[in-house]
Amino acid sequence: MAESGHPGDIARDDAPSFTSKDSSERGEAAPNGESSVSGVAVTINRPARELYAYWRDFGNLATFMLNVEAIEVRDRDRSHWTVSGPNGSYEWDAIVTEDVDGERIGWRAENSDVPNSGWVSFHEAAPGRGTVVTAMIAYSPPAGILGKLVAKVTQREPAIQARRDLRRFKQLMETGEIATTTPPNREPKS
Amino acid sequence: MRALTWHGKHDVRVDSVPDPEIINPRDAIIKITSTAICGSDLHLYDGYIPTMQAGDILGHEFMGEVVETGPKSTLQKGQRVVVPFVIACGSCYHCSKQQYSGCDNGNPADNQDIAQELWGQVAPGLFGYSHMTGGYPGGQAEYVRVPFSDVGPIVIPDGIDDDKVLFLSDILPTGWMAAENADIEDGDIVAVWGCGPVGLFAIQSALLMGAHRVIAIDHFPHRLALAKGLGAEVLNFEETDIYDALMTMTGGIGPDAVIDSVGLESHGLFVDNIVDQIKASTFLGTDRPHALRQAIVACRKGGRVSVPGVYGGMIDKFPFGALMEKGLTLKTGQTHVQRYLPGLLAAIMEGKIDTTFLISDRMALEDAPKGYKKFHDEQNVCTKVVLKPDWAKAAATGEA
Repeated sequence: MAESGHPGDIARDDAPSFTSKDSSERGEAAPNGESSVSGVAVTINRPARELYAYWRDFGNLATFMLNVEAIEVRDRDRSHWTVSGPNGSYEWDAIVTEDVDGERIGWRAENSDVPNSGWVSFHEAAPGRGTVVTAMIAYSPPAGILGKLVAKVTQREPAIQARRDLRRFKQLMETGEIATTTPPNREPKS
Repeated sequence: MRALTWHGKHDVRVDSVPDPEIINPRDAIIKITSTAICGSDLHLYDGYIPTMQAGDILGHEFMGEVVETGPKSTLQKGQRVVVPFVIACGSCYHCSKQQYSGCDNGNPADNQDIAQELWGQVAPGLFGYSHMTGGYPGGQAEYVRVPFSDVGPIVIPDGIDDDKVLFLSDILPTGWMAAENADIEDGDIVAVWGCGPVGLFAIQSALLMGAHRVIAIDHFPHRLALAKGLGAEVLNFEETDIYDALMTMTGGIGPDAVIDSVGLESHGLFVDNIVDQIKASTFLGTDRPHALRQAIVACRKGGRVSVPGVYGGMIDKFPFGALMEKGLTLKTGQTHVQRYLPGLLAAIMEGKIDTTFLISDRMALEDAPKGYKKFHDEQNVCTKVVLKPDWAKAAATGEA
């Protein structure tokens, strides 16, 4: 017990483990021992229950996840994903591992060339400030570190995509549309 | 349609390009009636802005007539509108605080990474100003697509000339916000560095807000004459020691508020290595942060520093000690254009603000490359170029 008025040293700060400078501590955030872990948060000016409800209907996710080619919802806890990567398409079944109504959804991929899992959480920010949406994604790149590099160069690295997808989710939820300069019938320019 | 497109350093052309189309529900298409070349367009012209692509349509100061609306636009066909250069959604936290230039949602998600890396947070979308700010085609064209048209454009009553209201799109609210950020009090002496369009409008605004005296600093004789015409006392930094003059003219106190409208003039988005190139170039001639340093050192104790001039990267030898020891307040930022439009339109309608004195050249859109060259080469006399898309058509069909 510390002396009165003198708290002992803290063992660990309050930051999410995926922001740690220590790779082993960072790795502890990987639910299934994946090699790469990253997280991103965005604040959205809408109620948590509305954001959760939109996300929980997995068929909606392809609207703002740009690299997702298709999501087939098989049942409430299982969906089949087709995602474009640096070397063609990847497929897996996403299984819901955790579901706290209005707050948090966790998943794990099965039958996948790219082992991955993660969670997304929805927490009310300060009154009047909307909802903090945090996503954690853990994955093992197909060709290890080199594969991750290739993915980064081609802008298809999951952490980069997650950051951009969350921005698009925010745009869609706050404004009803996704900002773009590309007419639907033309190839992207920007 | 015809549009002014960027192809590289000192290479802008009027090309035929596809007409814009409605993409999102809140979009509108505007037929441009007047569009101006901004000082910040010269930075594109000089090739200093990264993330430009050949064929990009320039222009962020424009107005015109609504010709097409998306299902969620609140505009009506036939309305005349001036469009803010900042593309703001109206529904994010920043927009709800009227901090429109901080809008989270105007810039396509894939274009937001650069600003996030450089400045820590994402940048707003802008018209015609590189892909870092969205890659949106600009308004130096016959038509333009306006996203979030239910939030940005202000409807202009019939019977008032384009030239009187065009600058609501950017430089008038920018000058106004610069003066507002100076928190002017009765009896104040305000010093303004730079008598370009923003500086001149800041002078005009400061006097309207009750400044006792305004002292304007530049080196172009014609621009100083325009400042004097607005009611400012003027200093030419090539002839006069600015610190000594300001201290004398303020009775040894220093100006109560200082406004740096030099910066890189407007909306420049520069990474630090690009800034270094600019500092070394003869185009800018002087060491740009010099104006900001001089302003901070001259400012009286407890005074205010307002910076509408644009900085994009790092600056060296920033006199932070003077800022801290004198207890100065620093306010800056890209303009929250949408916030000021109703008030400024009313002031124009009531005749309290006239901005037409600034326009030195009016020409056809087809002649825009000549306009860029003149604005670039003749800064003393060429203070503002306004382009008229319909003049081109009239000339082309021999009806002019």
